Amino acid sequence: MEQQIVKVKNNRGIKVIPGFGISMFVTLGMLGCFVLVPLASLFLSVDALSFWEFREIVTSRQAVSGYAVSLSCAFLAAMINAVFGMLLAWVLVRYEFPGKRLMDGLIELPFALPTSVAGISLTYLYSDQGWIGGLAAKMGIKIAYTRIGITIAMVFVGIPFVVRAVQPVLEKLDRQYEEAAVMLGAGRIYIFFRVILPEVFPALLAGFGLAFARGIGEYGSVVFIAGNIPYKTQIAPLLIMMKLEQYKYADAAAIALVLLILSFLLMLAINSIQIYMQRFYKS
Amino acid sequence: MKNVKRTYEQDMEGDGIHSLQKVIEPRRNEGSCTVKYFLIGVSVLFLFIMLFLPLMVVAANALKEGWRVYKENVLDEYTVKALKLTLLAAVTAVTTNTVFGIFASFLLSKYNFRGRQLLASLIDLPFSISPVIAGLVFILTFGNIGWMGGFLKANHIKIVFAVPGVLLGTIFVTLPFVFRELFPVMNAAGKDEEEAAALMGAGGFTIFRKITFPHIKWALLYGMVLCTARAMGEFGAVSVISGHLRGKTNTLPLQVEILYNEFNTTAAFSVSSILVILAVLILIVKSFVERKRK
Repeated sequence: MEQQIVKVKNNRGIKVIPGFGISMFVTLGMLGCFVLVPLASLFLSVDALSFWEFREIVTSRQAVSGYAVSLSCAFLAAMINAVFGMLLAWVLVRYEFPGKRLMDGLIELPFALPTSVAGISLTYLYSDQGWIGGLAAKMGIKIAYTRIGITIAMVFVGIPFVVRAVQPVLEKLDRQYEEAAVMLGAGRIYIFFRVILPEVFPALLAGFGLAFARGIGEYGSVVFIAGNIPYKTQIAPLLIMMKLEQYKYADAAAIALVLLILSFLLMLAINSIQIYMQRFYKS
Repeated sequence: MKNVKRTYEQDMEGDGIHSLQKVIEPRRNEGSCTVKYFLIGVSVLFLFIMLFLPLMVVAANALKEGWRVYKENVLDEYTVKALKLTLLAAVTAVTTNTVFGIFASFLLSKYNFRGRQLLASLIDLPFSISPVIAGLVFILTFGNIGWMGGFLKANHIKIVFAVPGVLLGTIFVTLPFVFRELFPVMNAAGKDEEEAAALMGAGGFTIFRKITFPHIKWALLYGMVLCTARAMGEFGAVSVISGHLRGKTNTLPLQVEILYNEFNTTAAFSVSSILVILAVLILIVKSFVERKRK
């Protein structure tokens, strides 16, 4: 999205189209009221803590295990989503088959379905008495109330992000390059990794990043299937919730701040990889 | 032209067409078909397990105790109240975000000023923030311990653990949706037409109505549909800020959680089924708008 902004210097500094003032006023006013001012309160609350208190809260065993569970499960889920999202986008763009439209419409389901509904139905599906959980239990695998369950819930919420990021790029991709590669005798796998993947990779990475971020922050769909066993399947957003229920507002704010910083660093890293790759391919 | 055609027909008769076909037509061998059906099969299986089965679970469990119980659960007093609040939250969020989305994308695509890039990333901020944190910041602002808390208490205004809080939380998490859909379209349309209209003396509102709006109407509708979907399903932020007051600040997704935690699973899944139906309806509207757009 950022790349679409074209930087053109308006030398005269004259705004030809009327309405600049009111647009700026409304945009900043609403953004400030609904997002920026409330977010600032987070910093204000953390500021009330001394440095040592802050350090003690965010490095407590519970908090650290919460970050670890959220980050590791979200990372794994985003990886799974990257693979299957790429596959789904490919199938939807390149092949014609009956039921394709239905499949295309179904992709956005996790987006439209409330996370609490997703959470309880996934829990039922993967619990030991559930349709899939029962099968897995016979093989000795426990899915619900373990990190596997958390990862599955995160895969569920993240899948539309990857598919919808990759799909438009794949649609625009010129097939000439593939045809040329076929002519030159390249194999199928070689073409995929050397011709298609480099073109799609920035979009795939963007989708991966969105799915990852969504997974880290996800609460509704994960909290039911996680089982919330201390130090094992407690996700970071749940810890914030628990602190709030105990009226420990400053603690909740501290954990939230660290979680925010972690996800920002992550987005920053993904953005810089993207920018680096674009430069690399252009030169 | 005639000459060319004759050569082509000559080719058709002769052996030339076969060699031509070999060059033009893509390779169609047995392997490509197997790969195609394998990939389609894997995708269908994945979607079936990940997306379709959860829906089936909702349907099966909602109707487990028969239609009569289902109807009772759906028409329950608190469920109807929750549905009303959910719809109110969705309408408020969509209205607010439409106004915001139009002004913000107009501002960022039609004018040049310092800090556009920064403003664009600030608008995207709610996407990368956990819904729980979104709820938390409102409690820290408007709650009893918040810096606005004293003022609100003195004036007897309740935001946290009340309906305004639910609305604010929903607005926060859905804020960028309409903007995200509108901005690329407005940016691609450029600003030449608007500038020409302005130089001819048209006012701001006329320019928007006659020139900008026709370009963006389907994108706007699409953004509004996405925003509705997200607003109706919001759980994390609302869960923090609502205080779970039955019949007062409960939205449908929260009602599902409460019933589930009371081990009243049939009722939980019955209420869920309302949300599933709403979600499917939204998806149908979405794909309709999507097709119109193209």
